[in-house]
Amino acid sequence: MVSPAGPVRSAVGRFGVYGGRYVPETLMAALEELEAAYNQAKDDAAFQAELADLLHNYCGRPTPLYFAKRLSEQLGGAKIYLKREDLLHTGAHKINNALGQGLLARRMGKQRIIAETGAGQHGVATATVCALLGMECVVYMGEEDMRRQELNVYRMRLLGAEVRGVSAGSATLKDAISEAMRDWVTNVRTTFYILGSALGAHPYPTMVRDFHRVISKEAKQQLMEQEGKLPTAIVACVGGGSNAIGAFYEFLNDTNVQLIGVEAGGRGPKLGDHAARFAKDGGGIPGVLQGTYSYVLQDDAGQIALTHSVSAGLDYASVGPEHAMLHDSGRATYTSATDDEALKAVVTLARTEGILPALESAHAVAEAIKLAPTMRKTDVLMVNLSGRGDKDMRILSKELHVSGASVEAKG
Amino acid sequence: MPINFPKKPGLVIYLTAGDPNLATTRDIALAAIDNGADVIELGVPFSDPLADGPVIQRASERAVAKGTRLADVLGVAKELRKARPQAGLILFSYLNPVVRMGMKAFSAKAAEAGADGVLLTDMIVEEAGEYLDAMHANKLAPVFLAAPTSPDERLKAIAENSQGFVYAISRTGITGTQSHLTGDAGDVVTRLKKFTKLPIAVGFGISNAEHVRAVGEFADAAVVGSAIVQLIEKTAPQDAAAAAGKFVAGLRG
Repeated sequence: MVSPAGPVRSAVGRFGVYGGRYVPETLMAALEELEAAYNQAKDDAAFQAELADLLHNYCGRPTPLYFAKRLSEQLGGAKIYLKREDLLHTGAHKINNALGQGLLARRMGKQRIIAETGAGQHGVATATVCALLGMECVVYMGEEDMRRQELNVYRMRLLGAEVRGVSAGSATLKDAISEAMRDWVTNVRTTFYILGSALGAHPYPTMVRDFHRVISKEAKQQLMEQEGKLPTAIVACVGGGSNAIGAFYEFLNDTNVQLIGVEAGGRGPKLGDHAARFAKDGGGIPGVLQGTYSYVLQDDAGQIALTHSVSAGLDYASVGPEHAMLHDSGRATYTSATDDEALKAVVTLARTEGILPALESAHAVAEAIKLAPTMRKTDVLMVNLSGRGDKDMRILSKELHVSGASVEAKG
Repeated sequence: MPINFPKKPGLVIYLTAGDPNLATTRDIALAAIDNGADVIELGVPFSDPLADGPVIQRASERAVAKGTRLADVLGVAKELRKARPQAGLILFSYLNPVVRMGMKAFSAKAAEAGADGVLLTDMIVEEAGEYLDAMHANKLAPVFLAAPTSPDERLKAIAENSQGFVYAISRTGITGTQSHLTGDAGDVVTRLKKFTKLPIAVGFGISNAEHVRAVGEFADAAVVGSAIVQLIEKTAPQDAAAAAGKFVAGLRG
């Protein structure tokens, strides 16, 4: 399965053959410093206690595990539970990781923070943490994403962050990451890069996953309390894959629990129209992008393909390396939802449960809508609701015509 | 292997292959060699060149838009090797196009085209096992980058695994011209020299004869990239080779 063309794997920071460190030499010292600092912090009770305290009192953890009764009844199958990461401070799971890395940056004595953002949720979380800790914050964001997510741009600026637009390439997340890495290469001695997904060079994929592990840790306990058993399946959307790996991680050894990642199917299966890296014949092939070896949407000359999704947060040509491993091993399965399916899922969840999911999370809801009716009434299906939809109101109002009880696509 | 720098300082010229087109890249390289370049670094254009500044990003974008592929760049290398057997020829790339072709296939083709060596921007020594095997099997020189931020133990590994020359980055940051060279360059070269007798070339930010002369005081060669790529951007394709030749001659002061 794995491309024999892959570079040689060192043992460090690998998920099977995936992961590793493929970066300009200038960053190596910083990555090694970060790895050492993270390993120390991980085992430091005081660091973990401060993180836990802020996650609880500042961010609002534990997040509820909500039984979506009306949605379950309407679909007529499995009992659907929503893990409400959308109720966290700043509106998405992203704060778990931004807070963890922010505390780490402070511990390392770095006062200048940079970050990249797609939909803006990671940028908002980082800007929030920087305000909380009194740090300088620069967020790179594709200009296309700035247009799509202008409310979040405003929020970041209000929080005191400088938002720098990136016009290169497709002016989306991938280009924002490249620009953040250029900044980091230039200012590496003074700057901490808070990477927003389980991506990039080691130790980022491991570190980001560890900060989001709390999602599945809580969910497991909550499911045991509320249902007395583990779920049949867990569904989460996968852009870079941070919320999904956080929701999956504590269940990896529970092999009866199906893990399902949902990628952006966009407008359709043609290369350039989607961000489904694991889709068969979709153009996703193991390769190296932005520091890590994983599945990458590319043409047959190795140029990175453009991507499309109605949700800015799923619009990325590569995917976290741990997901690549889980895909190849079959431990997790990956499917996709189209833009239309995600938009419909927003409406369905809004009208059955009074919850407006982020467009990213709506991809997971769309999969649940397909899956639940095929399951038994005794089955439990958990959907990780990674974020809330406030930020997407402008896109929704452009895409959907709402009049009283009726909702129609405008396109 | 014809990587050598008979005159001090030696001169390495970086070109983005396919900008403005492959035939012109070949002609520019020929003109550069005829006007004093010891080594040509032939850059494989990539869609996401994260170590490069705006000048080389734009050149890459133009070349990718024209459909320039790694296979085409190997074709240019072959022509250059035939036309100027005396000059050093390095293929310069980001990893993904190489991984896509396959490390072994790429190395065999690079050797067949007559390249002397390969530099992969995002390949660090720790990850380089398979790459080094492929280089050695095909008698190609692996050229690694050394950065001002690299501690001595990394510089040692970089020096030990490089052949041909070591490319020392003059400062933290991305490619692009600047008016003053920082003190970082001298420091990294001094530290590298403890570990290797290979020639050391200094790059990033070197754009004129004054810079080249300054580099010559502490290193063996200077790498000029963005300055000539910018000149090519500003010049009509039919005049690019002549302009580049004149520019390279000028770098020798």
